[in-house]
Amino acid sequence: MKLKDKIILWSRLKSPWIIHFNTGACNGCDIEIVDALTPKYDIERFGIVLKGTPRHADVMIVSGPLTRQQAKRFKRIYDQMPNPKFVLAVGTCACSGGVFDGCYSVVGGIDKVIPVSAYIPGCPARPEAIIDAVVKLITELEKNSKTVSKR
Amino acid sequence: MSKIQIPLGPQHPALKEPENFMLVLDGEQIVDATVNLGYNHRGVEKAAENRNYIQDIYLIERICGICSHSHVSCYINAVEEIAKAEVPQRAKAIRTLVAELERVHSHLLWLGVAAFELGYDTLFMYTWRDREQVLDCLEMISGNRVHYGINTIGGVRRDITKEQAEEILKKIKFLHERTSYYVGVVTEEPTFLARTQNVGKLPKDVALELNAVGPTARASGVDIDVRRDEPYFIYDQLDFKVITHNTEDVFGRAVVRVLETIESYKMIEQILKNLPEGPISVKVPWKIGPGEAVFRYEAPRGEDIHYVKANGTEYPERVKVRAPTLANFQSIPYCLKNGYLADAIITIAAIDPCMSCTDRAVVYDYKTGKKEVFDWEGLRKYSIEFYKKKGVSFK
Ligand code: SF4
Repeated sequence: MKLKDKIILWSRLKSPWIIHFNTGACNGCDIEIVDALTPKYDIERFGIVLKGTPRHADVMIVSGPLTRQQAKRFKRIYDQMPNPKFVLAVGTCACSGGVFDGCYSVVGGIDKVIPVSAYIPGCPARPEAIIDAVVKLITELEKNSKTVSKR
Repeated sequence: MSKIQIPLGPQHPALKEPENFMLVLDGEQIVDATVNLGYNHRGVEKAAENRNYIQDIYLIERICGICSHSHVSCYINAVEEIAKAEVPQRAKAIRTLVAELERVHSHLLWLGVAAFELGYDTLFMYTWRDREQVLDCLEMISGNRVHYGINTIGGVRRDITKEQAEEILKKIKFLHERTSYYVGVVTEEPTFLARTQNVGKLPKDVALELNAVGPTARASGVDIDVRRDEPYFIYDQLDFKVITHNTEDVFGRAVVRVLETIESYKMIEQILKNLPEGPISVKVPWKIGPGEAVFRYEAPRGEDIHYVKANGTEYPERVKVRAPTLANFQSIPYCLKNGYLADAIITIAAIDPCMSCTDRAVVYDYKTGKKEVFDWEGLRKYSIEFYKKKGVSFK
């Protein structure tokens, strides 16, 4: 591994930047995601920063069932993120469509369009669950990076 | 200088929900604005026809995560009216209590988001920290933080114990103090004043003409509030003031919301101190109707209207929802015009838009850019044809 890659990996693990995308959620999951960023839960202590643009983000946090109108745009935003990228599906809707599964204007879960790294169930997913998923994602990455660097 | 057109949304850091605004700019000034909706359209009304009345409660609750209780209460009241169910007083009191707690949570959330849009992050963090207290209350009463699921046809599902009531009163007292501090921040803090005063003007006559509702209308001096004008639940027994303001700008909307929160605290105290005794629900048959009913409800964002048509089976024949944001949206292009680009976000945020509520029944032809007015039958035929072409089949 080159020094440059090592630095990038280190910074990615210490401070993953996230972007929040709403594919047609009822707001319940969105406010819980924002809740996780505010003082009571405060995931910023894990070095996580909310970013406005997909080009700066490592992790995309997605909430809501995928609506037909959003599907194309969602794919485009995902493609704009630099590699390697990760996707967290927050809430039952993002995982499978939830209560809206079968509605004429809903495609279903977000994994119909892009690959998902972690699913967080719950309607809405509690902030604790979101934090748990983020921590698990980071530890998983750390493990992987060790095996990669040994090689 | 030539005019430029910039899109705002559907993915934008300041918008928490997908919506799109096309702004035409002349330099820094906005000369024209159009609103495009539909990114959040899921088809809830159609889905409601395929589920029975009890299942619909949980579906309609999920129209919106911020005003979930409002939508359900509105729907349930319409259903109960058709079924001629007599809801016990205690159930009504508990519904009112949850409704007011929800208003507190929604207004604090709005204040935080507005502060965030202004770049005033300290206030954002403060309000969201305090908002957790209300969420704790709601979780204690209903077992869930966002979708409470407390309503059922004929009453409520959970009772409130004495200990819970005391705990809520304690938390409300703390919040009352904090909110009094926010009243000071909103009305005196120079940063806040500089960014909100004389921004997004909506004169009273325009507000009336465009059918603005809720705090947006009240900040333009229109004195409307369903809770007072057509009392439901136990609002006729409560003592509260309808807050209006006459500055007609974003500042006024902030003041109205903060002062309304204080009124809500007073109401919550009154409800908890005089909680009527008795059962919390009555039995209502599965099959309802035939009949139809309309109900008006004052949600945190304004007047919410539900129409339910029953045909004597377990399934409703038609559910129609008119969310407050849809009414308020007409005023956004007016408010944006002649403002500056930097103020666009806070002007949009000032009506407290809730796209998930609004995006349920919008017809807009994107390809031709043509807007067509359909009658109900025509719309139905059109939509079936449209989706058949796309390969979606209806059973
Ligand atoms: S999972 Fe529940 S809270 Fe989250 S977007 Fe779906 S309906 Fe809303």
